[in-house]
Amino acid sequence: MAACGDLGALEDVRVRWLGKKGALTEQLKALGSLTAAERPAAGARINEAKQQVHAALEARRSVLAAAAIEAQLAAGRIDVTLPGRGEEAGGLHPVTKARLRIETIFRRAGFEVASGPEVEDDFHNFEALNIPANHPARAMHDTFYFADGRLLRTHTSPVQIRALLERGAPLAIIAPGRVYRVDSDMTHSPMFHQLEGLVVGENISFANMKAALHGFLRAFFEEDVAIRLRPSYFPFTEPSAEVDMSCVFCAGKGCRTCKHTGWLEISGCGMVHPNVLTASGVDAEKFTGYAFGAGIDRLAMLRYGVNDLRLFFENDLRFLRQFRTLSA
Amino acid sequence: MKVPYAWLNEWVKVPWPAPELGARLTMAGFELESLAPAAPEFSKVVVAQILTAEPHPQADKLRVCKVSIGSGDPFTIVCGASNARAGLTSALAMVGAHLPGGLHIKAAKLRGVESQGMLASGKELGLSENSEGIIELPADAPLGASLREYLVLDDPVLDLNVTPNRGDAMSVLGIAREVAALSGTRISGPAIPAITPAHPDRLKVRLEAPEGCPRFAGCIVRGVDNRAETPVWLRERLRRSGLRSISPVVDITNYVMLETGQPMHAYDLAKLEGSLSARWARAGERFALLDGREVRTDDDMLVIADEAGPVGLGGIMGGARTAVSEGTRDVYFEAAFFSPGAILGRGRRLGLVTDAQQRFERGVDPTQQGRAIERGIALLQGFAGGAAGPLDVYAAEAHVPQRTAVSVRSSRIARLLGTQPEAARVSAVLEGLGMRVTPESAGWRVVPPPHRFDIAIEADLIEEVARLIGFDAIPEADAVLPQIFHPLPEAHPAESALLEALAARGYQEAITLAFVDPAVQGKLFPQTPALPLSNPIASDLAVMRVSLWPGLLRAVLENQHRQQGRIRLFEHGTRFAVEGSATREVDSLAGVAYGARLPEQWGISKAERHPVDFYDVKADLSALLAATGDAASFSFETGSIPALHPGRCARVLRRGVPVGWIGELHPALVRSMDFTYAPVLFELDVAGLGVRRISYQEISRFPQVRRDLAVVVDESVALSSLAERVILASSSLLRDFRVFDVYRGPGLEEGRKSIAFGLIFQDISRNLTAEDVERLMSSVVADLRENLNATIRE
Repeated sequence: MAACGDLGALEDVRVRWLGKKGALTEQLKALGSLTAAERPAAGARINEAKQQVHAALEARRSVLAAAAIEAQLAAGRIDVTLPGRGEEAGGLHPVTKARLRIETIFRRAGFEVASGPEVEDDFHNFEALNIPANHPARAMHDTFYFADGRLLRTHTSPVQIRALLERGAPLAIIAPGRVYRVDSDMTHSPMFHQLEGLVVGENISFANMKAALHGFLRAFFEEDVAIRLRPSYFPFTEPSAEVDMSCVFCAGKGCRTCKHTGWLEISGCGMVHPNVLTASGVDAEKFTGYAFGAGIDRLAMLRYGVNDLRLFFENDLRFLRQFRTLSA
Repeated sequence: MKVPYAWLNEWVKVPWPAPELGARLTMAGFELESLAPAAPEFSKVVVAQILTAEPHPQADKLRVCKVSIGSGDPFTIVCGASNARAGLTSALAMVGAHLPGGLHIKAAKLRGVESQGMLASGKELGLSENSEGIIELPADAPLGASLREYLVLDDPVLDLNVTPNRGDAMSVLGIAREVAALSGTRISGPAIPAITPAHPDRLKVRLEAPEGCPRFAGCIVRGVDNRAETPVWLRERLRRSGLRSISPVVDITNYVMLETGQPMHAYDLAKLEGSLSARWARAGERFALLDGREVRTDDDMLVIADEAGPVGLGGIMGGARTAVSEGTRDVYFEAAFFSPGAILGRGRRLGLVTDAQQRFERGVDPTQQGRAIERGIALLQGFAGGAAGPLDVYAAEAHVPQRTAVSVRSSRIARLLGTQPEAARVSAVLEGLGMRVTPESAGWRVVPPPHRFDIAIEADLIEEVARLIGFDAIPEADAVLPQIFHPLPEAHPAESALLEALAARGYQEAITLAFVDPAVQGKLFPQTPALPLSNPIASDLAVMRVSLWPGLLRAVLENQHRQQGRIRLFEHGTRFAVEGSATREVDSLAGVAYGARLPEQWGISKAERHPVDFYDVKADLSALLAATGDAASFSFETGSIPALHPGRCARVLRRGVPVGWIGELHPALVRSMDFTYAPVLFELDVAGLGVRRISYQEISRFPQVRRDLAVVVDESVALSSLAERVILASSSLLRDFRVFDVYRGPGLEEGRKSIAFGLIFQDISRNLTAEDVERLMSSVVADLRENLNATIRE
């Protein structure tokens, strides 16, 4: 048996000894030719021999089986460092990733997400927001127009009007979306993304607005950023403010991104102008509210360290592929 | 707006150094955009006088000057400026001087003559954009004095952003008022003497448009020397504010505007014909403005006219015909009040943006016209002489804006701000801004000063209070909002779920512009009307997209140019469908696949590296459709649109309603757009992707039986028809139908194809017997024979 190199040779040995015509089988068959007195002892010896042969076979078999598996394993070795086969995954656009992140944060804080049309009319984009024709503030909005006087919304603020007209007060919404301005250079794209926020209730105050903006920025950047509000002017809010956030790149110490001021201009906000509430059918004496707007592209740039806005709209796969991560 | 610090200090005692002033103004709503000294850094530049200027022996354009700095030997300076002349007082950059731009002055030989320094131009010192020869200083400038000290060039200049509601702050005076309010002081401007008329001449002015021009002040000044030199301090203030010195008369009008916010205009009296009127223009009056530009009026514009026609566009710009020139001796000064509503938008319509117009459309103090003229004439007489006549102020009082009282309630302040400032602080803040404040039961009655055009309602006053107590003084407080459980409609898939589903199939999300090239879109959708922009940013971004495909195809081409061979892109966005005079914004999800079926990798068959085809993309699309839980509700039918290959194009339907398209780009477009392979495209209306509510179906415990069948049918038989017959014929026991081969070629007649498929049967309540299955199979075979002229392949 020891000479048997594989399971086949061992089987031959088994057949030779234990098979139907094997030596020991033959001996068993020959028992009948013995006397009744001889039979028990002879039988016992044959069985003992059989068992010994059997045991030896088993022992050898397990050695050979182990060797065979070893050989199979040796032959079946693969290079696990070769790449896997098949399709590779795509991913979401960084602006979308930032927008969905913003939506999630606000939803968890009790806001609903609203939307509105991108082709707007003068009423929703300007008039109802307290920006009558010829108002100097219109010069701040380089507007794309259509022949019939309609326009591409220059901000997401018209959604304020639509949401209030539709749902009334109280309400707490954000409205992210695409907006358009006739402007295209290093830092401006004619299409960009804005986040609108609007909270109207019976006792909504400037202090609430500060808390909400600060809370959102801390949540979005996962950092204890500082904010400051500076008086500013928007026709549809009164008082109005610009929101600066401590620079997330230099922690307020001053760097290129914040133009060495330590602050990043991040949002415009204010208490909803009574004229806007009135134009939206809300009792401006009973209700107060705050509104804010922020650039989603800018938030995405700051979050992901993108230093050129135009990259977002060039759709370069080498750029887009960098954002293939699981969303929170 | 640029405000020189020293000028501001003339109007209010500023208690803070410039950087702190800038920070405080920023936090009061006047954002400091930049803070810089009146001139960039330079050193060792002194006031010097040219004693002699001789031609350079070896160079025609150079002069050799002897230059004195008042003490010591004169320096020899070689100078190329044409205005270098004996007697001129100028600026000498001495040996060792450092000038802006890194220039370091050394003694140097110029064509054989050693120059011991350099006479400097305004440009070389960073004082002007253009070089107009070397600096010319007044003859009385102290020789040897540091130019920086003499011209006070370390004076900081604040560049402030003034928001459009604060026209009153577009002046040194306006900012001074803010500083006074912030620092609790009062403004204290220079004394402005009243005019004592030196002659009786006056010009009659008729206010024929009193609603647009209710106040008009004017004064004749005779015998002005308009060739005189404007003093250097005044020129410097103009320069620091961003204006150029032109002539004494023009400089004075600009100076007064910058200082008080009241625009002024000067007419050459000799060129005026008769009396003036301030009237509405007639449509189509034509005349030339000061800058030479010809305008055509509309009837809602104001003009100032003499008896020969318009001499100025009221509140915007004066006319060319009566402009002052060097030789002007007699001047008529105008300072008028034009109502914002009569100016707003007119300039822009004519393509004009002037300093005057910007101030009038935001609101100019309607009470200061006379003072502005007094200030201007007093300054002018100091250096250019002239005898002033009586100051006339024509007014239509009924149309002059009146400030009415606005009430502000203490409780409302607290409610809007979320904090309650002390009552004394509120009234002090408002009074500090020049408001008349009277306490009343719930708060205060406040009359704003005439220069404030932005205080009309209670919230405006609350803003002023907040602005001056500081937004930082308002605490943060969480709003108390009702707890509302909004239903979460399961039928509407989350946007992120849709996007992630496509991303998981290898597609990368793109964001393309919503306006596209009309030429490209026209080729793809020649019959589809699109919405054109009136003022596109470029001719290839001129119409709204009717599909996301033009943008995606452009992105594919651009990526192809960036050597990306295999491209999978998708986009979620709005397409703009024109329906009569309305536009329907359709929420769309579109994708494009281009290049090899699978990324380059080892161990895959060659076929997997072939260009992607219709069926590859159909699989991606089907995976998305199946995620609605209702794959069976979708069908694909042969369709045809110009963008797609007519034989490889399908309309996607859901329960018979069209929801999208899929197909290969038309070969003619593949060629004309320069694609190497045919892109495969799809586009779906997101509204068509509603999710079916899941309802559990019982799983059979009995074994399933599979039978395979190959049938030969005509090419024209679509798989969908075959499947429809099979399903009809095989009863409800059919669990699944899987096509595993489609064959055409040798062994089959021309025009026929073989389709091999597996049928999987199962019953929910029992084992199927061999007889059951045979019966089902013969019924299927018989049906296909009869209805589709099928033959069975053995």
